[in-house]
Amino acid sequence: MLHIKCPHCGLRSQNEFSYGGDATVKRPELGKEISDKDWDNFVYNRKSLRGKHWELWQHLSGCRQWIKVQRDTATHEIFKTLKANEEIS
Amino acid sequence: MTQSFRLESGGLINRDKKISFKFNGKNYFGYEGDTLASALIANGVHLIGRSFKYHRPRGFFGAGVDEPYAIVQLYRNGETEPNIKATEQELFEGLEAKSVNCWPSVNFDVGAINNFLKIFLPAGFYYKTFMWPKSFWYKIYEPFIRKAAGLGTASIKHDKERYEHKYEYCDLLITGSGPSGLASAYSAAKNGAKVILAEDKSRFGGTLLTSEVNIGNQSGKEWADSIISELKEMPNVTVKNRSQVFGYYDHNMLVMSERISDHLPKTKKFHPKQRLWYIRAKEVLISSGSIERPIVFGNNDTPGVMLSSAAKEYLKVYGVLVGKKPLVFTNNDSGYETAIEFKKNGIDPIILDTRKEPQSEIIEEAKNMNINIKNSYVVVAAQGYKKVKSADVAKISDNKEELGSIENIECDCICVSGFWTPTIHLASQSGNKTKFNEDIDAFVPGISKQNEKTLGAANGIYTLEETLKDSFEKGNLLSKKITNNDNKFSFPNVVEKKSTVHDKFWCVPLPKGKNYKRFLDFQNDVAVSDIEIALKEGYRSIEHVKRYTTLGMATDQGKTSNLNGLQLVSKIENKVVPAVGHTTFRPPYSPVSIGAIVGREVGKHSKPTRKSPMHSWHEKNNAVFVDAGVWLRPRYYKRGDENLFEASKREAKNVRSNVGVCDVTTLGKIDIKGPDAAELLNRVYTNAWLKLPVGKARYGVMLREDGIVMDDGTTTRISKNHYHMTTTTAQAANVLSHLEYYLQLVWPELNVNVVSTTEQWAGAAIAGPKSREVLKKLFPKSDVTNEGLPFMGYMEGDLFGVKAKIFRISFSGELAYEVNVESDNGYFMWEKIIEAGEEFGIQPYGTEALSTLRIEMGHVAGSELDGRTIPYDNSLEGLLSKKKDFIGKRSLSRKAFAAEDRQKIVGVVPLDKKTSIPEGSHLVKDSNAPLPNPKLGYISASCWSVEHDNPFSLAILKDGKNMIGEKLFVMSPLKNKVIPVEIVSSHYVDPKGERVRS
Ligand SMILES: [Zn+2]
Repeated sequence: MLHIKCPHCGLRSQNEFSYGGDATVKRPELGKEISDKDWDNFVYNRKSLRGKHWELWQHLSGCRQWIKVQRDTATHEIFKTLKANEEIS
Repeated sequence: MTQSFRLESGGLINRDKKISFKFNGKNYFGYEGDTLASALIANGVHLIGRSFKYHRPRGFFGAGVDEPYAIVQLYRNGETEPNIKATEQELFEGLEAKSVNCWPSVNFDVGAINNFLKIFLPAGFYYKTFMWPKSFWYKIYEPFIRKAAGLGTASIKHDKERYEHKYEYCDLLITGSGPSGLASAYSAAKNGAKVILAEDKSRFGGTLLTSEVNIGNQSGKEWADSIISELKEMPNVTVKNRSQVFGYYDHNMLVMSERISDHLPKTKKFHPKQRLWYIRAKEVLISSGSIERPIVFGNNDTPGVMLSSAAKEYLKVYGVLVGKKPLVFTNNDSGYETAIEFKKNGIDPIILDTRKEPQSEIIEEAKNMNINIKNSYVVVAAQGYKKVKSADVAKISDNKEELGSIENIECDCICVSGFWTPTIHLASQSGNKTKFNEDIDAFVPGISKQNEKTLGAANGIYTLEETLKDSFEKGNLLSKKITNNDNKFSFPNVVEKKSTVHDKFWCVPLPKGKNYKRFLDFQNDVAVSDIEIALKEGYRSIEHVKRYTTLGMATDQGKTSNLNGLQLVSKIENKVVPAVGHTTFRPPYSPVSIGAIVGREVGKHSKPTRKSPMHSWHEKNNAVFVDAGVWLRPRYYKRGDENLFEASKREAKNVRSNVGVCDVTTLGKIDIKGPDAAELLNRVYTNAWLKLPVGKARYGVMLREDGIVMDDGTTTRISKNHYHMTTTTAQAANVLSHLEYYLQLVWPELNVNVVSTTEQWAGAAIAGPKSREVLKKLFPKSDVTNEGLPFMGYMEGDLFGVKAKIFRISFSGELAYEVNVESDNGYFMWEKIIEAGEEFGIQPYGTEALSTLRIEMGHVAGSELDGRTIPYDNSLEGLLSKKKDFIGKRSLSRKAFAAEDRQKIVGVVPLDKKTSIPEGSHLVKDSNAPLPNPKLGYISASCWSVEHDNPFSLAILKDGKNMIGEKLFVMSPLKNKVIPVEIVSSHYVDPKGERVRS
């Protein structure tokens, strides 16, 4: 079971969190024209990386904040966690 | 019965307490502190079971967790448990055990025919033979294999025992209480670290209990006892015996199973049988020791052949002789220690040492005791069927390839020592990159991935002094990092006998003309010849060889077989062992009860039960409950001997003609506040929300980004910046997360707060033509007329002193209201409604009537909003705003979603107006078409329409828009039904929606 450092609450067990997918995907702006291809990329297409991956988790049974977690998908090593409003660098 | 193999004195057992037990129906005695294995051996019982494949007789091989043979079916307190190792099971009064894997009995075993047919049972036999003819499989092969094979029988009764889970955090977790575990725990504890020390066995001390050593002028055991009693007194230390750390998971999470009651005749009241510990440790010290390795020779599975360390343990811990004419077969000094113990107890052992001229302190001692030592000798084969009677031995050449002439030595046990294999399972599970150590021919931990270190014998360190030094140091170092304390202590003086190097010899060659089975894996009956066949047939990867031959795949996970298997593969393949590599170790290290893994989450406790504040009223009024997610909801209220169908029909009818009340507390409720609340709703819902006036409710549908309907519900504007959202019962949690996602990540500029208020409000739906009359009585001071509170209106009211929210919304299609009060007042509200409604014939109605009412109205719910439908499919396209963007809108213009003949919701009525239509059935054009019959759609929900008094269903049908009036067939292969039906509008009742506005 992973040990995830919530930037708001500290180190907590994985079972307090729920996974939310790739954190680098940006939702297209509302009301803006977008091609079918770009929209499909936003909705469906993900890279499924092996290695360092920025992903979203929600601290569901804690502070309920969505956070960004940089995790190695092969080793589960967690390098960094960020608050929702912090930019991935 | 006399215990003819028990010594007069000695051992750590309590001779004052006799314990009676039964094995295979026969009564025996042992002592407190015995294991089932030691007690049986004391009674001269060596035949304990039959082997898995060949059904060869099986005895005892080890004295603990590494035991491959002695697996029994245990009976305790009216319950039975399979796959118990006799070497681990502690004796208790009244214990009963039976052999497994033998049919009809352990002495006469039909399956042993396999042994005579062994020429037909080589590696991969099951794969090759039972493949065809196909029909033979389930009629002949499978029943026979099932009866003849397998290890014990699981109980089919409900397990009445309690199992607990516990979560724990510590600085250091130390797995094993041998010398390395004790030393590291001691120095870490002295530095103030929070330490958990886990010992698998009942006694602490590991090898210190059986080795002849001195630490600081104490015997090994005395030293262990004093360290343990000091540790037990320290508040920062938890010391656990009978506790096996069996799994090493990510981020230093380890799981340990504590056997609390297995050694007692009966679990004490309020005690669990076992407890599973989830331990998150900052540092892990693996002190799991090592397991003695067998030497492979002919018939080396005969009862009476066992590890020399086990023989020593039976002697020193239990005061039991595994034999009276022992032969010790060794390639290192450990065998001498066992022989010396025999000699001390008046037994004359013979040592066969594969080495030519070894010299060491231990060997010198054996010589001084006049023990018969034969150098450059090997056991070629054990003789005897159900017990060793003698051994064929021979001299072996210096190159270990030529055997001299065979001699026969009479003996009743053969104690084997092929040197030691570090127990690296936990390190390997942690992701440690293990490496091969040539000096000990075994893998040891290498580069750590997680915060773990391996100590002592588990790390390939086999001298006590070095082990203690290293362990004291590591314990001190790691704890210092955490606590910043650096407690200095003097290192104790260690006295141990020096040993010399071992012989890398591990497998005795076959003598000419002999074809003895030489076993590698004792539980799965994998012999040298099986591995040879697998390699001949082209299997190369050790992972494939393992699966093809089942080497190391038994419940002991190859604790005694893995390395010899690797040695063999490397020899045949002419590769070094590290190039062959070892198979992956996976948790659990040793079998764990399913009960312990499940814990308390059994039956009703597998999920929480949520009840509304009115629950007890429903109970008192004969409600029959149904699980709605984790909620318990009344399905119907039983009157007399009504069944579900009759009761729900009565309840639904009463809503249509008079008035009914339904507990809707379970609906999800989300409180939304902030200046941008309307903007959020406008983006989340598909329809327009910016102009909803205060005091009005609106129905809304929300989509996922892929265009699929996520949920629906009404949201009410309570005040300028305050909204009350409702969701379906099932989606409440998801909708909240969904809103939080957009507010926190996508549109953080929106100034809105959302919070769940599902538990804060109790809700009652009052529905039916007479509902307004009931409302008037409930809220005499409020204007609840059609003008004062129109359809989709909202007001606050005073319910006999209780603040209430009144919504004029309807799920049933009738004139209806929903009243919410704070949860604590829910019961009060409900009683008042029933009281006020009495004169109008009010009846409570359950979820079944609720469904009937919504189905015949054509209101969609969970069975239509099933994660596969878009708004159009549910005839909700009228709610799609053209003027604004919203979540998921862009997806709706994708080709398939905009297709002309897209599926759409319709109503379905059977032509005979009688036959009810099973939910989930398919709609087809031609009931006689060849299979697969093209499916046009499916029945999503069915009811008995109380308005029309005939069955009615909703369906999602291809090109539903143009299908009204068509005649189709409903097919349910599951229920074996074919029903001719007509497609009608999904709005079967009040299609213009006049009633809700009346
Ligand atoms: Zn948090």
